[in-house]
Amino acid sequence: MRLTVDGQSFDINADPEMPLLWALRDLMGKTGPKFGCGIAACGACTVHIGGQPVRSCSLPVGQVSGAVTTIEGIGIEGKLHPVQQAWLEEQVAQCGYCQAGQIMSAVALLDEVADPSDADIDNAMGGNLCRCGTYPKIRAAIKKAAVLKTAGL
Amino acid sequence: MASVGKIARRTFLIGAAAIAGGVAVGYYYYRKPFANPLEGDLAAGEATFNPYVKIGADNSITIVAPRAEMGQGISTTLAAMVAEELDVGLDQIKVEHGPASYAYYNSAILEEGGPFAFFDESMTAEAVRAGMGVAGKFLALQATGGSASTRDGFDKMRQAGAAARQMLIAAAAQRLGVAAGNLETANGRILHKASGKSLAYGDVAASAAATPPPSDIRLKDRDDWKLLGKPQKRIDMLAKVTGAPIFGIDVTLPDMLFGTVKMSPRFWAKPVKADLSKAEKMPGVVKIVPIETNYGHGFGVIAENTWAAFKAAEAIEAEWADPEYPLDSAAISDALKQALGAKGSAMRDDGDVDTAFADAPRERVVEADYAVPYLAHATMEPMNATARLKGGVLDIWCGNQAPTLVRQLCANLVGIEQNRVNVHTTFLGGGFGRRVEVDYALYAALMAKETGGRPIKVIWTREEDMRHDAYRPAAVGRFQARLGDDGLPVAVDMKISSPSMIASTLRRLFPSIPALGTDKSIVDGAYNQPYTIPDYRVAGIAAPVTIPVGSWRSVGSSINGFFHEGFLDEIAVAGKTDPVVLRKTLMAAYPSAVKVVEKVAEMAKWGEALPAGKARGMAFTLSFGSWVGEIVQVADMPAGIRIEKVWIAADVGTALDPGIVEAQLISAAIYGLSAAMGQEITFADGMVEQSNFHDFDAMRIFQCPAFEVAILENFHKMGGVGEVGTPPAAPALANAVFALTGKRIRTLPLSKEVAFA
Repeated sequence: MRLTVDGQSFDINADPEMPLLWALRDLMGKTGPKFGCGIAACGACTVHIGGQPVRSCSLPVGQVSGAVTTIEGIGIEGKLHPVQQAWLEEQVAQCGYCQAGQIMSAVALLDEVADPSDADIDNAMGGNLCRCGTYPKIRAAIKKAAVLKTAGL
Repeated sequence: MASVGKIARRTFLIGAAAIAGGVAVGYYYYRKPFANPLEGDLAAGEATFNPYVKIGADNSITIVAPRAEMGQGISTTLAAMVAEELDVGLDQIKVEHGPASYAYYNSAILEEGGPFAFFDESMTAEAVRAGMGVAGKFLALQATGGSASTRDGFDKMRQAGAAARQMLIAAAAQRLGVAAGNLETANGRILHKASGKSLAYGDVAASAAATPPPSDIRLKDRDDWKLLGKPQKRIDMLAKVTGAPIFGIDVTLPDMLFGTVKMSPRFWAKPVKADLSKAEKMPGVVKIVPIETNYGHGFGVIAENTWAAFKAAEAIEAEWADPEYPLDSAAISDALKQALGAKGSAMRDDGDVDTAFADAPRERVVEADYAVPYLAHATMEPMNATARLKGGVLDIWCGNQAPTLVRQLCANLVGIEQNRVNVHTTFLGGGFGRRVEVDYALYAALMAKETGGRPIKVIWTREEDMRHDAYRPAAVGRFQARLGDDGLPVAVDMKISSPSMIASTLRRLFPSIPALGTDKSIVDGAYNQPYTIPDYRVAGIAAPVTIPVGSWRSVGSSINGFFHEGFLDEIAVAGKTDPVVLRKTLMAAYPSAVKVVEKVAEMAKWGEALPAGKARGMAFTLSFGSWVGEIVQVADMPAGIRIEKVWIAADVGTALDPGIVEAQLISAAIYGLSAAMGQEITFADGMVEQSNFHDFDAMRIFQCPAFEVAILENFHKMGGVGEVGTPPAAPALANAVFALTGKRIRTLPLSKEVAFA
């Protein structure tokens, strides 16, 4: 089957029941999305399909319709995405394992709500688990990213 | 600051000649106790000065930070120690974990292993500490744990940078024909001010590295620090916001196979019957092999991709032998309570506790039973390792907290010499003590024997990870206090029973070594707190339950912080004393502790009236050399109890990177709150009942309180940072819940009794 991931076309030979996550990681070399739970309970595997955040560990690759974007494809022309930039400035990550998923959920949130409230952040980010407890910095970084993005930085 | 000469004098005073010198690079140069592991693997034009510094002719500077980076920021802080003395910026260097080597042993990890409280600086305590340091070197453990990495690295890594800098200056002096004393360094260059001539480090690296090391290593005064003591940008941050392949699970090698394991759901039990035929026939499956290790028994699935391996593992039909331990949580709890009937060994026994209680009037006695459950580490990155056995050489890639242990035990298992094993340590997607274990590496190594030289990446499912941990032990405690006329405790008797983590760890790692003596971790966090009570006894009993248990962020203090500080809150209530005043009074002999409690109370405005439906609790624990007080504020909401705010004051002695210290204190508090709110590992039919984040969850962003942190530097010894925020979190929350609801919850998790919003 043929998939478009981060603007690149891939021809893969996969069991259509294989979750998108494993097709990305094992068959397409896209290791940015992480495996955390396999049941859409932690958000580490979050990617976008048609701009919507999706838990790739629980979506059969055979059901994917639309272009897939991973953490590796959100930068624009070699520059970091404003959300990544904010993450860098706020020094959010600790172990870093969940952060690809956190960032993908945050990017989707800011695409929908330019200036999210704390409640918006709670709603959009509640499915992304972080065992290092970086939540206070995630919240601060999303607010900073909103400013950066609105300013077109 | 310490020079080698000063270290030698201090060493003499405590009467153990080799010890303090043993942790210093100066000693390394004179005695060469271990070969420099970097010597055999240098790039063209690269020179190495000691096990921590490489400089290339192209001016590339590599610093080895030989501790597991699992989020605690250690690679940044260790690199800053070297960079500070080498006079280079963190943006000028590359940081590597480096190879597994005894040269990187952690002497500080065992220093606090003796039966003395951190504040006990008697000659005996110091001598035992020094002896433990010797043991650390003798065992040459390259390990990350015990919140010990900065304390271990502080002298030797600064000396490594300083020594290299002095050698570079000497070589530059010779090259320029000037006196070394007239040369200055900054940003990786050596400058002769009078002539304006300058050289890059890379210009003289090769000749400098060939010169004899300095006989006197001079370290900067603290006032001259440019990097240390100030928040730094973490060296790993860019990789972590771009999804870079830095974790063990991301390792990708040519011609790589994929795999997973299905281990016995009953610990130590072997399969009595197994039908692999269905699994073997599934698409993408290459082979299914038995796994037999000291960690347990089961099967490894070798496949063309991870998904095929997972599906096949599910299809394995096996019956497992009966467990050797009690079948379910109720029976395990009974075994722990029964163990409380034994006398145990008292790690603290001040005054005469038996006499104090013999004539105590009933109304002056406070009694309580406490309990905590088993807990999983649940790192975000499920256990995994990648292995390749080719030409008699085993290469193993994984996040781990003990590279020399991985090397030794994998070599033994595969049947090759240790020098035929290369351990490539990646970043860890969380550790919290889980990756002190080596099961993931052993399984991958065994499976690599079956692939004809092809590399194999073995990833566990979350279910396998949750059900095969070395858990934080369950524990029960019985507590008794006698109050005086003023409401203060005059006598306290504490008895705690828990399976021994040391015995359990030895069984997995070194089954031929018997577990002798007392396991201090059973009472850690209860026997060594800075309180003065005339009759004060803390005894521990190892309960005979053999479910695997190990190090879980803050280890024994994660249990006893809750027990001790919950019970102290009960004493405060019974004696009608304010909990802050009670603690300050009892810890008056330890000014650092008093200042921490005063600070956290001041930050939270403790004592000021709160609106209806809000309440606060406080707790204090000294662990890993740091003094930490926490206050938790909770609010009664329609959906349940909301944790609104947490204040933390911590005296860490010296804060080498205040930004990272603050992040760790918050992280550790959230880790402790997550467990206190809702986590437990329970057993039925000898198997773990929980399997994934739906039934073993942790705090989510919408539950996360606001934090306010104060870092103090009053105590004269440096403390650890990675774990110390965890112990006071659970009791501060439980005490707040009591203040809010009047419910004294003595068994965790609190969610058994109250709901959290």
